[in-house]
Amino acid sequence: MPIQYYIALAACLFCIGVVGVVTRRNAIIIFMCIELMLNAVNLLLVAFSKMHYSSALAVNTHTNAGIDAQLFVFFIMVVAAAEVSVGLAIIVMMYRNVHSVDINFLNRLKN
Amino acid sequence: MISLIFLVPFFPLIGFLINGLFRRSLSKTAISIIGSGVILLSFIISIILFFDVKDNGGIVVHYFNFINVESFQIPFAFQVDQLSVIFLLIITGVGFLIHLYSTSYMHAEPTEHFGRYFSYLNLFVFSMLLLVLGANYVIMFIGWEGVGLCSYLLIGFWFKNDSYNYAATKAFVMNRIGDLGFLLAIFWILNRLGTATYTEVFQQASSLSPSDATAITLLLFVGAVGKSAQIPLYTWLPDAMAGPTPVSALIHAATMVTAGIYMIARSNVLYSLSHLSRDVVAIVGLATAILAATIALYQNDFKKVLAYSTVSQLGFMFLALGVGAYTTGVFHVMTHAFFKALLFLGAGSVIHAMNGEQDITKMGGLRKKLPITFFTFLIGVLAISGFPFTSGFISKDEILVATYAHSPMLFWFAVFAAALTAIYMFRLLMLVFYGGFRGTHEQEHHLHESPLAMTIPLIVLAILSAVGGFVQLPEAFGGHHYFNDFLSPVVPAEVPEGAGVATKEYYLLGGTAVGLIIIALATYKLFAVKKFTRVYTGFKKILADKWYIDELYNSIIVKPLNSIAGFLNTVIDKSIIDGIVNGTGRFVNYSARQLRLLQSGQVGNYILFMVLSITVLFLVFWNQEIILAFLQKIF
Repeated sequence: MPIQYYIALAACLFCIGVVGVVTRRNAIIIFMCIELMLNAVNLLLVAFSKMHYSSALAVNTHTNAGIDAQLFVFFIMVVAAAEVSVGLAIIVMMYRNVHSVDINFLNRLKN
Repeated sequence: MISLIFLVPFFPLIGFLINGLFRRSLSKTAISIIGSGVILLSFIISIILFFDVKDNGGIVVHYFNFINVESFQIPFAFQVDQLSVIFLLIITGVGFLIHLYSTSYMHAEPTEHFGRYFSYLNLFVFSMLLLVLGANYVIMFIGWEGVGLCSYLLIGFWFKNDSYNYAATKAFVMNRIGDLGFLLAIFWILNRLGTATYTEVFQQASSLSPSDATAITLLLFVGAVGKSAQIPLYTWLPDAMAGPTPVSALIHAATMVTAGIYMIARSNVLYSLSHLSRDVVAIVGLATAILAATIALYQNDFKKVLAYSTVSQLGFMFLALGVGAYTTGVFHVMTHAFFKALLFLGAGSVIHAMNGEQDITKMGGLRKKLPITFFTFLIGVLAISGFPFTSGFISKDEILVATYAHSPMLFWFAVFAAALTAIYMFRLLMLVFYGGFRGTHEQEHHLHESPLAMTIPLIVLAILSAVGGFVQLPEAFGGHHYFNDFLSPVVPAEVPEGAGVATKEYYLLGGTAVGLIIIALATYKLFAVKKFTRVYTGFKKILADKWYIDELYNSIIVKPLNSIAGFLNTVIDKSIIDGIVNGTGRFVNYSARQLRLLQSGQVGNYILFMVLSITVLFLVFWNQEIILAFLQKIF
């Protein structure tokens, strides 16, 4: 498949994530949208990695070009998992305190 | 002897430091001994120097370079020659007597202030010695400023009194006006000749263009006018009487105010290049002599009369300088130092006896209670009025003769001023020492002759006033000119000689004697009275109010300056400058308040801004070439 498809899909996912983060007020939805953006990036990394690998394979059969990008994806997923655990913990604490996951309640830190 | 020269100003400096630093811990006796002792030591060295200079002539002693910039050098050097050694003797000699007098006069002061007083007085003597010893105009200027400072400090010695502080400030500011002229003259000399050292300046003086010479000498004269209290800057001197009386005697009669005469006598080579300047000096001097004498006629404050008399006598000295009789001017400085110091110290003695009273309308008949003060004061009055054979007669006679040789018209004006001098001095004498006592009973009970420390200086000065003039006998009495001959290496003597002069001097002698007797009788009849009215009307009131000169200065200089300052204060400073400063602060406050609204606390807003910013950043990054091209087109 041409790389453009992957890029278009990733761009769509990213934009959905951005719009979700900007427009929604529910903390969990915002969280999911952030994950969506991360995954859009992951998708691009994998797609470009594959593209580089196939073009390098034509020159050298023992190449491992582009392999580092796929490693990177794992790191991102690990970091994202850690982030989710911290983030969800924050949201749980927030719910306990204010009985809501509406982020606009958080502005009571103001003043 | 050369090695001794620096000791002359060094001793007073030491006295200043000791008395100034340890004024709290030293006893009054110790302060008195140190304060007067250092001046006595300087006086002894001055006498040694005098005889040395008499035998061997003057010398210049170089110590170090004060300013050293490539080819331009101002050395710190002392010049001891006939002129400066005369001033050394006057300053340290009269200075010592006045220090001695002060030890008794100021004895009522608290120890701390007593020490402060003597340290100021010693500092003054130090500065004055620096002024006359300096071998170039810059060193003279240092001393010149030093004496001005000490004058300020001592006029305002009783600093708890506001009007005294005002008088001190007035003296300082008016002196500064003159100092500016002096400073400009020094710059002018440096610019044209590249040196300020007397010997070099006078050698190269002939290379000055006439306009340069006139400008330099006029600027120097401006300096002299400020320091020596001539028209138009004389008004500070009568106010300076706010200081303790010995200070008035030392600074505002005998020494500091004659610094201007010293400066012009020292610069006689420059003044001989410019007739215009000399005429200006003579006319300003004569005008001051007459104006101050008229004011003195109707003053009722003991010290004010003497102050105006000082201004008037300084005018005589400038007249002498202006008509080219430099040595006569210096001679009058010397005799004036004797009799005016005597008169001021006598005034101090009277004021002391009267418990601080200075109004002569409240005195009277003091000659029996204060016999020594009376006799010495009488000699002083005779000397200043020019009674034949007193020192004042001889020096004033010389001034008059020299003036006659220059211009008979000026001579008659000068005679008029001299006659006024006699009138106001005899008026003072009669009001204070004759007639009946007009003060309160307490004062009458308190009256007493002053202690020895005060009467000894009076007696010494009275003897000097009486016979001090004989170093210079007029033509009519055999005529010898020890003083002129002594000064001749430094200052050319231009005393007219010959039989004609002698005849005129006979007339002067007779005229003065007769005139003085008439004046004495007239003033006795008028002022030796039991009751004295002090309300003046008409022209007398104008004189008693000092021709309203102070009011004139107030309205044309002080008040406009104050209103300009007020304008600058309210409009420029408070509105414009403060407006800019406060406006900046207010703008920052306002914009901060507006910007604060961006931080709404809504997470969504933050994220929106983040996304928008990132989008803008990317757009800029992709289009940076277009943007750069666009910017280049603009700038």
